[in-house]
Amino acid sequence: MYAIVTLAAGLLFGLGLAFSEMTNPTVVLGFLDIFGEWNPSLIIVMASAITVGMIGYAVKRKRMAPMLASKWQVPTLRHIDSKLIIGSSLFGIGWGISGYCPGPGLTALVNNPSEGFYFVAALIVGSGLHYFQTRITQK
Amino acid sequence: MDTIFNPLAGGLLIGLTATIYLLAIGKVIGISGILSQLLFNKERFLPFLFIAGLIVGGGAYGILTEKTVAFPETRSPILLIVSGLLVGYGTRLGGGCTSGHGVCGISRLSPRSIIATLIFMAAAIITVAVLN
Repeated sequence: MYAIVTLAAGLLFGLGLAFSEMTNPTVVLGFLDIFGEWNPSLIIVMASAITVGMIGYAVKRKRMAPMLASKWQVPTLRHIDSKLIIGSSLFGIGWGISGYCPGPGLTALVNNPSEGFYFVAALIVGSGLHYFQTRITQK
Repeated sequence: MDTIFNPLAGGLLIGLTATIYLLAIGKVIGISGILSQLLFNKERFLPFLFIAGLIVGGGAYGILTEKTVAFPETRSPILLIVSGLLVGYGTRLGGGCTSGHGVCGISRLSPRSIIATLIFMAAAIITVAVLN
């Protein structure tokens, strides 16, 4: 059941990204181009997703545990540090260069393979750099 | 394709999926985090199912439907590689991307996620303005 929910969540999340056209970097770059020909549609995507998400968290607060697991594993970190600020800045620059964030980048493997291949290969390398950097500095 | 209906329906579906995943499994949906689990965790089966579903769901719809706006003409590999490296490293250092911080984090009013989202939105907007 756990596996079915995980697979279904991936499928539905991908469909949501595609339906809202977040999978298309032209649409995303149009949204980010607020000083040019601005395409505000992603505000509608974010606002509707967050509104439903807030209802989800309101329901969560009334329940002791999730339906299929013994405990909640929602992030509990609250402090704002330099990693959060520098990491988010680097991510934003990368997002602005291509219009791909991780989800739409992965779906580009199907939608636009000649772009998706290079982006996802570099996405994996970038993610790996952080993983190995963390492992080395922790030793 | 409709300029209001599609983003609204897509956003509702994203929010609903995050809610089902939260209430059933107890975790937030963060694509950059799940991808990193698929790459570096010992337990890879569940992250694999999620990422495979995401690629099939996002790809199948892209193939089956017409788009209002065409995908960009294939851009230079160097641009895509620089972008991918920054997105890969930056999302892991910052602990999340558009899904984990942007959608799930703001939904639970996490101060970290609200700050992260404001920063990556601002950085992306400035980058687009500079490159254009």
